[in-house]
Amino acid sequence: MNAELITFIILAMIAVAAALGMLFSRSAIYSALFLVLNFGTVAVFYIILNAPFIAMAQVSVYAGAIMVLFLFVIMLLGTDLLPPSTALPWQRPLAIFLAVILFAESSYLLFIRKAATGDVPQPVQTFGSPQAVGQALFTSYLLPFEITSVLLLIAMVGAIVLTIREKGK
Amino acid sequence: MVPVTDYVALSAILFTIGALGVLIRRNPLIIFMSIELMLNAANLAMVAFTRVYIVLEGQIFVFFVMTVAAAEVAVGLALIVTIFRTKHSINIDNMNNLKG
Repeated sequence: MNAELITFIILAMIAVAAALGMLFSRSAIYSALFLVLNFGTVAVFYIILNAPFIAMAQVSVYAGAIMVLFLFVIMLLGTDLLPPSTALPWQRPLAIFLAVILFAESSYLLFIRKAATGDVPQPVQTFGSPQAVGQALFTSYLLPFEITSVLLLIAMVGAIVLTIREKGK
Repeated sequence: MVPVTDYVALSAILFTIGALGVLIRRNPLIIFMSIELMLNAANLAMVAFTRVYIVLEGQIFVFFVMTVAAAEVAVGLALIVTIFRTKHSINIDNMNNLKG
């Protein structure tokens, strides 16, 4: 067992434990904080996988912006703890059954294929660096990049329109 | 490098936990977080394959997925705030009619 595999196993255990913590916490704030931990471990995976730019984007966009927005809304609404629902009591066993089926299917698909094992060639030093990603974004992927900015503008306008209060109401 | 199978297996586990969260939780905020978890699991698999085949396109695609996730969260949370204002509850069982 080499050091990389041990690192992978420890990080994977943290990621799965954080995801399960997110799922089973009663309080929504604890769920959000567990999800931040999960995003942090995934960012470390990105660094191991030679994707430093994506790792930084993960930390700043997901763990930073998105989760702050979540925490803000949780605290704004003040509906941290919901009473346990009594409607549809058969839903939880059915959901667990369906999740088991989903996991069995995906792992079956995973293990019937021969994986690319062992010696993966080492990429060049600048692979995945902000410079390389920026070069690709502003040359080959310029049009999708511009469409992305329009998408963000639409999301911003949509959020404002949805939450604005009309006068006199 | 750790075999890509391990990364994809981890991605499958995280995706399943996310799907389970969408199905069993009653709080729409946590359902949203589970959707984020699923997007993240897909991103992890994509970056792992990017590393194996040494093509940058996977990372570019992950970047776009992150942008779409950010836009989705902004609009979705605005919707939740608006629903809370009209119904004074965010229990997803109460969200069963289109007209507030």
